[in-house]
Amino acid sequence: MPKNIRRWGPPLLLVSPSLILLAVFVYGLLAINAKTAGTDNHTAAQTTGRAPVQWVWFDNFVALLGSESFQHSLKNLVIYTVVFLAGTMFFGFLWAFLLDRPVRFEGWFRSIYLFPMAVSFVASGVVWRWLLNSNQGEAASGLNRLFQNVGLGFLQNNWWNNPDWGIAAIAIPAIWQMSGYVMALFLAGFRGIPEELREAARVDGANEWQLYRHVLFPQLSPVALSAVIIVGHMSLKAFDLIMSISKPANYQTKVPAIDMYQFKLSFDYANAAAVGVILLVIVAILIVPYLVHINRAEKH
Amino acid sequence: MRTRRTITALVAGIAASSLLLAACSSNNNEEPGGTGGAQGNDASEVEVFTWWASGSEKLGLDALVKVFEEQHPDTKFVNGAIAGGAGSAAKELLQSRLQAQDPPDTFQAHAGAELTDYINAGQLEDVSNLYDEFGLRDAFPKDLVDRLTVDGKIYSVPSNIHRANVVWANPTVLKDAGLDPEATYATLDDWFGALDKVKASGKTALSVATTWTQVHLFETVLLSTLGADAYNGLWNGSTDWAGADVTKALENFEKLMSYTNTDRDGLDWPDATQQIIDGKAGFNVMGDWAEAAFQEAKKQAPADYVYFPVPGTDGVFDFLADSFTLPVGSKHPGGTKNWLNTISSLDGQIAFNKAKGSIPARKDAAPSEFGAYQQSAMESFGQDTIVSSLAHGAAAPVATLNAISEAVSKFTTGAGDLATFQSDLVAANAG
Repeated sequence: MPKNIRRWGPPLLLVSPSLILLAVFVYGLLAINAKTAGTDNHTAAQTTGRAPVQWVWFDNFVALLGSESFQHSLKNLVIYTVVFLAGTMFFGFLWAFLLDRPVRFEGWFRSIYLFPMAVSFVASGVVWRWLLNSNQGEAASGLNRLFQNVGLGFLQNNWWNNPDWGIAAIAIPAIWQMSGYVMALFLAGFRGIPEELREAARVDGANEWQLYRHVLFPQLSPVALSAVIIVGHMSLKAFDLIMSISKPANYQTKVPAIDMYQFKLSFDYANAAAVGVILLVIVAILIVPYLVHINRAEKH
Repeated sequence: MRTRRTITALVAGIAASSLLLAACSSNNNEEPGGTGGAQGNDASEVEVFTWWASGSEKLGLDALVKVFEEQHPDTKFVNGAIAGGAGSAAKELLQSRLQAQDPPDTFQAHAGAELTDYINAGQLEDVSNLYDEFGLRDAFPKDLVDRLTVDGKIYSVPSNIHRANVVWANPTVLKDAGLDPEATYATLDDWFGALDKVKASGKTALSVATTWTQVHLFETVLLSTLGADAYNGLWNGSTDWAGADVTKALENFEKLMSYTNTDRDGLDWPDATQQIIDGKAGFNVMGDWAEAAFQEAKKQAPADYVYFPVPGTDGVFDFLADSFTLPVGSKHPGGTKNWLNTISSLDGQIAFNKAKGSIPARKDAAPSEFGAYQQSAMESFGQDTIVSSLAHGAAAPVATLNAISEAVSKFTTGAGDLATFQSDLVAANAG
């Protein structure tokens, strides 16, 4: 036994600080959050112990998922995620594809595409709120005014103030900011493919399109998967951009994270925690298969 | 190799689960704050927690501090103002500080139902003894004191009064639309005629901003359509939210919203008021803090702007008040007491309200000290029926207000029809 301790003791001691921190600040808090979500702690009085707190199991989840308001938030989250993912993947891939070929000023273009990522969502959100002004006709400003000036007046719309699709307009700034990042990922993927493979394909008589289609693209699938996971989990956490373009009380742009904030502000800790758990589960559904996949790939 | 991994995992698991247990057990047997905090009488300093960090609010606070330093030179004033989000950033921080039992010595809150949560949570001390000590029961109007009293106790001291049911208008825009800028309107129906004319002239007839300003407009419509008694009944349960009168009010609200600017949800109240100042819109309904915006823009009434009570609410004063509290567990209760003394004193209220643009809660302040708008508001406050504002936390608790706000936002963005709106409102007030 002492022999064993000598063998695994020191390494354990080394990792223990991070283990403890993780245990407290990630898993411990997750557990407390889940516990709060299972109670009927909906008022400030219950939080301070002035009123009894009952254990209600999954009542909060049932009520939340059954409420039209929360379903609207989930629907918004789905729309936002789909548009955001599709947009960043499309533009990121397109730019990487263009820059992969020998272009002049490549470094310059790369920086241009990457720059928006350096801006905080809160700052760019303010500017995009002006650009996405929903006035049309004479009072129009922002993009709607631009459409008028270039003769595309029919494209004017009320952007994020559409009750059904408004949230998709909020994805536009998000795409603008994150496409450069996806481009960087894909570009790294392209550059990681050995030159010999391209040469071999050319020797075999492949034209440029066949080269990309059959040799390069298949090798990018791990990169694409990582990009989807990274962008996808970012979109599930969408909060700051929506807060700075819209307002938390605006019905048309609310997502679960906004609901969580609103519940917390009105002392409804149980529902706030329940929304948190639901978000965690959604992210887990996305991430866990990915981790399993990576784990398997590493073993091979 | 494999055993080592298993053991590591086991240890990690045990560490995690023991923490979990610790977390579970530490939570339940905490004593609620109790009344222990106010025993001492430390008056060495007072931390005043507000969201008055800019504009006329900051000027008001500065003026108040000046009076405080004269009246209580031994108590050091510590400014705990938190900027951002029209008070939402401050409220968030306050919530966590109260929960961690590290309250400021006093904090700003809208008087009335907004305090309900803090009161129920046992986070506020009863200050009715200070009302007796400072003679405030006679200094404030009885209507106001009644409105602040919860089960015979009073939990805050108001520093100023605002009026919510005011229409602001640009006389030039009205004249261009063929209207008499001096005219006031007895009912909403009369007002619709005027709004039609402004709309026909190509200007925005009624400027409004994001959700809370729409709720603000909505409450004045409720007040106008239902009358003061039935409006009060909405908050004590004697008026039925599902009733036909409320339906009528909702129809009026729907009609009013049809006159408003389409980019409203992206704006906040100063933007909507600015449209009046710039002559882009005819009318705007906002509380009388808008007066400070007109003053700042160097505008003069009645040449540059006019104001009148929301049509159908003449003789009713839709009030909200900023007030200060004594939290349970305050570290310097003596300092808090001094602060509450200053803000409720005649000098304090005059200095503060002259700078902030609101009116004193005290009856004995001389109107001649104040500007024209404030004089008219003071006159109304003295003689009108006083009702509590919904949008500003006087009428309903935060959770109810949030639910109503969501219903209003859902309706005004077009995600639900009038019937849905009404049933959402019923649900909001039921739970």
